[in-house]
Amino acid sequence: MNGFFSPAGFFTRNETLVALVILGFSCIATVSDPNFLSITTVSDILRASIVLGILAVAAMLVLISGGIDVSFTAVAVSAMYMTTTFTLAYWPEMPWPLIFLLSICIGGLLGAINGIFIAWLKLPTLIVTLGTLSVFRGFLLTFVGSQRISALPPDMRGFSRLMVARGTTEGGSFYALPLAFVALIFVILLTWFLLNYTVLGRSIYALGGSVESARRIGINVLRIQFFIYVYVGMLAGLAGIIHGSMSRMADPFSLVGHELSVIAAVVLGGARLVGGYGTLTGTLLGVALIVLVQNSLIVVGIPSTWQSVAIGLLILIGTGVPAWQAKKAAAEAA
Amino acid sequence: MTSNRKTSTWRQAPEFRLAIIAVVVFAFMGMLSPERFLSEQNLTSMAFQFPEFAILALAITLVMMTGGIDLSVVGIANLSAVVAALILTEFAGPDLPMQASLLWFGFALVASLLIGAVAGVLNGALVAFLGLPPILATLGAGLVFTGLAIALTGGSAVMGFPEVVAVIGNTQVLGLPTPLIIFILLAMALHLLMTRTAFGIRISMFGTNPLAALYAAVDVKGMLLKVYMLSGLFASVAGMVIMSRANSAKADYGSSYLLLSVLIAVLGGVNPYGGYGRVIGVVFAVLSMQFLSSGLNMLQVSNFARELIWGALLLFVMTTNTTFWNTFRLPLARHKK
Repeated sequence: MNGFFSPAGFFTRNETLVALVILGFSCIATVSDPNFLSITTVSDILRASIVLGILAVAAMLVLISGGIDVSFTAVAVSAMYMTTTFTLAYWPEMPWPLIFLLSICIGGLLGAINGIFIAWLKLPTLIVTLGTLSVFRGFLLTFVGSQRISALPPDMRGFSRLMVARGTTEGGSFYALPLAFVALIFVILLTWFLLNYTVLGRSIYALGGSVESARRIGINVLRIQFFIYVYVGMLAGLAGIIHGSMSRMADPFSLVGHELSVIAAVVLGGARLVGGYGTLTGTLLGVALIVLVQNSLIVVGIPSTWQSVAIGLLILIGTGVPAWQAKKAAAEAA
Repeated sequence: MTSNRKTSTWRQAPEFRLAIIAVVVFAFMGMLSPERFLSEQNLTSMAFQFPEFAILALAITLVMMTGGIDLSVVGIANLSAVVAALILTEFAGPDLPMQASLLWFGFALVASLLIGAVAGVLNGALVAFLGLPPILATLGAGLVFTGLAIALTGGSAVMGFPEVVAVIGNTQVLGLPTPLIIFILLAMALHLLMTRTAFGIRISMFGTNPLAALYAAVDVKGMLLKVYMLSGLFASVAGMVIMSRANSAKADYGSSYLLLSVLIAVLGGVNPYGGYGRVIGVVFAVLSMQFLSSGLNMLQVSNFARELIWGALLLFVMTTNTTFWNTFRLPLARHKK
């Protein structure tokens, strides 16, 4: 791995590529629509990145450890919907921090189920999480409920009205940054600390590098893997309840189906599927790019029907170029 | 092919367990509602239903044999169906005389198979020449194919075909539904390809140990290209069956088939790390899934519960197969070279 500041490393990093694409995209967008570059757009994009961002951090952690998780959307939506129905049934006045805690705990429990199959039974992660994706969602829709609930507990609605910043620009357009954004910042800081300054975090990288080597230097692989999936479940629970509060509706059909765009964001940011590599900066840039493409493709003159093509091509180019460079470098070294 | 199996008797083979599961599910459903589940009408309708996702499962099986996966099969199926549908509605309306519409139908079929093959080659090139992990390559390419289908149609369904189109999906030949015949032919072809040709043996060799295959002078890149091309071809055949049965084509048809077909391949005993898989296992897995889902349908179980049961079945079979797979397990980082 090249150092961040060495020129060769800097220009071939995914982070740099994605940042340049974002910059280019914004320039073209500003030229075709001068209103694009405004605080309203920025706050819209930040708001849209909250749920996607938390889920992406979770997905990144799994990728670093050398696995892949596609069930986190089902975990998120299950935790959110179960929490909402439980709260409405037993304690509608529950304050929002408790509601959030409950959702995080349910998410952690569901994550533990993934952890049991993956860490303990050693089954392939993609297959396990494909299975639990349908199990969680099927369970939720069969036994908990399949109705959209718009009469949320009052404190959940209250949470969605809490803002960090709000106001009106001189042009008269409205902007607002909800408190939920702080949750994203918190998740990023916590995960950053965990990954870079704890033995646990370094073990996750070691696991992704090579499970066998990690085991031989004395890392308890089972415990680390189990922790990863519980932590991912908790983050998903948090993302789910934020999604529910912000859309002011508990919709059991939402979120599931978006897991691939989350993974796309993480992969664009340079995390490698084989594990051992991935950065928060890259992941967040990837999230920003996906959100930009989802919301503002029309501004640069591409009809929104081409959105999937654009995201697909971004994934292929964003992962193909580094893969090809790595292959070339390996060929030269040999 | 059979050389990498440790099982000494056929009764220990995972396929035997699958056959038992299929029979047990069939018998169980038959006992629960004999007059409906065992009725001729139900049996025929099951035979019409499963070939479309079973063909997709065959496509995934082939790719899984190399240790890869093809997440773009549904995208390819829909893209080729949409193109065929656009050709048919553009040049051959429902009023065209028989001969002319037959000609256009043939042209549309060829075009859709061609698209399937080209899309597959594209996947293969990404995996073989750029060295992308198969999950990513086919995920990205799948989004592009689905996206193209959306862009071509604006997201709405294409319909208004000449009557010949229904031949693939809704007729019977010698008492057998045409989709079933197509599936049987493809399954037999794939079985022969995997067990009776040098190409098939190279595939399992590469799946078992890519490095050994490379050192044994296997043309790995060419092989991967062909594998993904065949997978694309199979996917476009499935696309034709879906189009004919639905009498329309749409960019998001069968989106649940992706999970289902991966599930069937894995359930069928195909090793997701590559190297082991038998078509007969996949066939038993398809049958179990179809019996289960038709039976649950008769018992008025909701679609959501069916999803729950599918997922649970996958986890159950995986868990019971663990000991078997651990014997052949390879390091996960096979693409890290």
